[in-house]
Amino acid sequence: MAVPLNYIARNLVARRLTTALTAGGMALVVYVFATVLMLAAGLEQTLVATGQDDNVVVIRRSSQTEVQSGISRSQAGVVESLPQIAVGADGHPLVSKEPVVLINLPKRATGKPANVVIRGVTPAGLALRPQVKLVEGRMFQPGTAEVIAGRSIADGFQGAGLGETLRFASRDWTVVGVFDAGRTGFDSEIWGDAEQMLQAFRRINFSSMLFRLNDADDFDAVKATIENDPRLQLEAKREKRFYAEQSEALSKFISYLGTGISIIFSIGAVIGAAITMYASVASRTGEIGTLRALGFSRGSILAAFLGEALLLGLLGGVVGLLGASTMQAVSISTTNFQTFAEIAFSFTLTPKIVIVSLIFALIMGFIGGFLPAARAARMKIVDALRAA
Amino acid sequence: MFVPLLVLRNAFRHKLRTTLTIVGIIVAISAFGLLRTIVDAWYAGANASSSARLVTRSSVSLVFALPLNYAQKIRQVPGVASIAWANWFGGVYINERNFFAQFAISPSYLDLYPEFVLTDEQRKAFQADRVGAVAGRKLAEKFGWKVGDQIPLRGTIYPGTWTFNLRGIYDGAEEGTDTSTFFLHFDYLNEAIKRQYPRRGDQTGVFIEQLRDPEDAAAVSQAIDATFKNSLAETLTETEKAFQLGFVSMSEAILLAIQAVSYVVIVIIMAVMANTMAMTARERYGEYATFKALGFSNGFVAMLIFAESLGIALIGGLLGIAFTFPMAEIFARTVGSILPGFKVSDETMVAQLASACVIGVVAAAVPAWNAARVRIVDGLRAIG
Repeated sequence: MAVPLNYIARNLVARRLTTALTAGGMALVVYVFATVLMLAAGLEQTLVATGQDDNVVVIRRSSQTEVQSGISRSQAGVVESLPQIAVGADGHPLVSKEPVVLINLPKRATGKPANVVIRGVTPAGLALRPQVKLVEGRMFQPGTAEVIAGRSIADGFQGAGLGETLRFASRDWTVVGVFDAGRTGFDSEIWGDAEQMLQAFRRINFSSMLFRLNDADDFDAVKATIENDPRLQLEAKREKRFYAEQSEALSKFISYLGTGISIIFSIGAVIGAAITMYASVASRTGEIGTLRALGFSRGSILAAFLGEALLLGLLGGVVGLLGASTMQAVSISTTNFQTFAEIAFSFTLTPKIVIVSLIFALIMGFIGGFLPAARAARMKIVDALRAA
Repeated sequence: MFVPLLVLRNAFRHKLRTTLTIVGIIVAISAFGLLRTIVDAWYAGANASSSARLVTRSSVSLVFALPLNYAQKIRQVPGVASIAWANWFGGVYINERNFFAQFAISPSYLDLYPEFVLTDEQRKAFQADRVGAVAGRKLAEKFGWKVGDQIPLRGTIYPGTWTFNLRGIYDGAEEGTDTSTFFLHFDYLNEAIKRQYPRRGDQTGVFIEQLRDPEDAAAVSQAIDATFKNSLAETLTETEKAFQLGFVSMSEAILLAIQAVSYVVIVIIMAVMANTMAMTARERYGEYATFKALGFSNGFVAMLIFAESLGIALIGGLLGIAFTFPMAEIFARTVGSILPGFKVSDETMVAQLASACVIGVVAAAVPAWNAARVRIVDGLRAIG
């Protein structure tokens, strides 16, 4: 015979302060645990969503990032003539040859400088990234010193808002439009005309190339052609993969640090739960004796106290998750070590994180409640009744 | 003698509960110390920098190089004692995980950095070998390098595989000196580049100037930047410290998060400790009422609870501080050369002790208030 659930629940209500303090401690641990996972998930989602399935990025072999890469015009010409490249509505192949550089801009909030990606794009480059939409102002005029800024950059950096001017490469550039790239990495970039950028930065080489495949399955063939051509010394990656790799180090750093911290914190919370449950067992010795005398088995007593601890954990888990879910409104902007450039991303709560956090909370409750519950179950009826 | 003994006996009446609480505090205080140390380590580079050195880079961003002939013009700026230059090499050793900083340096560079201590013999060997290199002690120990080893690096900025002969291992003159950097000859790199990519030759990432007088830093940096105003490559000159802090501020969001989290752990343990004290006081209302009936004041009863709470928190706090050192040691070994200068500072220990006291006082506040206010009749009637 099992001890009724509402008897277990009422025990928690009876000792409100202690329950609140213990569950509060657990809630904070779950909060930290969940927010860190949300941060890593947000970063991954931002960079994975940046890529399209049938787009291919080409950079110089072993250069890792676009900024370090360089592709000469003759190399670009060879790649451009590959037969697998899709043709756009205007009859030109969907290929964008882009210079990508970093510039230092001061942040609006602190005035401290951070590196921002400046990308020179072509009309094909815009067609290749359908997720990018202008939300304010207009598109830049090719051949002029006009640029458009991603939403995070426009909001976060001095001089990058609509109608403001930026000075770099000995020129003043007017921001004529703000674009929203749907929470992708492009939100943290500034775009201008590719040929203008090349001239302004006195470059002859492009940084990277982006093109669309006629058929996404052609990728392996294209990759082999590009990487085996001795003239090229380039490498090709699926756009999705390329951006996912860029976030690897930062997202690993965040999740390792976060998991380490959560585990250390959970020790504190487990101890809190154990103290509460021990006290709960000690003060109810007589009650336990009575329950045993009424015919409840040792197993039922164990289950009742474990149930109480699990309930405590669940309470903490739910409160912690509620707190963490409010973090979704916050977005964070920091430097990605791999690209050395600023990237904005937000806390993202996924169903997986909800489940993992609740399991984490239940485990804390279980570990904290097991020893006290075992002590309660081991009591002899006579001793327990006499103690009361 | 009576009161301290009473407090001590009280504290350990529930041995298991008190032990668990102390363990919790140890974990929290050492975690707090470790997190603070991680944040400090980020600033170590900036703190170890000299105020007598300026760094000049392209005003656009570090990605853009400066022409080498700027060195002659900078040298003529009054107040500049000597000049060196360095260029980020960005090579990969075996795989991307083994990240460490590599700079191609001018011959004068090591003269500007007396904190990198190299024996005369190794220094001469480095100068004599065009494909020679020197590495810091920490870096060499991490990869088990010995003088004479060949070190292959795969270039990410300069294509190809570059192999260097390790000619020396330098030590730091002070404790905070970073010994996890790898230096190679700028001239060697430059000539190789010129052969392959003529347009990219004779350029460097940063110039480092030694000042005659550190007081002149502002004037000299303005003078240098004015020299190259409106040129194709405008410069930005700042003190070495400001330059280093620029890197730190890039990761500011993460640093702020770590700092915030380090306070959360203190709050968590405060809840645990408050719980312990609330339970303790509740069980002893009868005793407190007896004390009062005997004529002890409300303040005395409150003091007993505060003393007990503070005592437990301080025991946990001191043990926690002691545990921070091995934890920091283990952490530094796992993370390796990413964070130079990993050391638990005195300020951290003071902060740890202060947080332990705060935990003790805050946890005792409500129970002490309740116990002081309990009426003798109610207290004597209470049954724990």
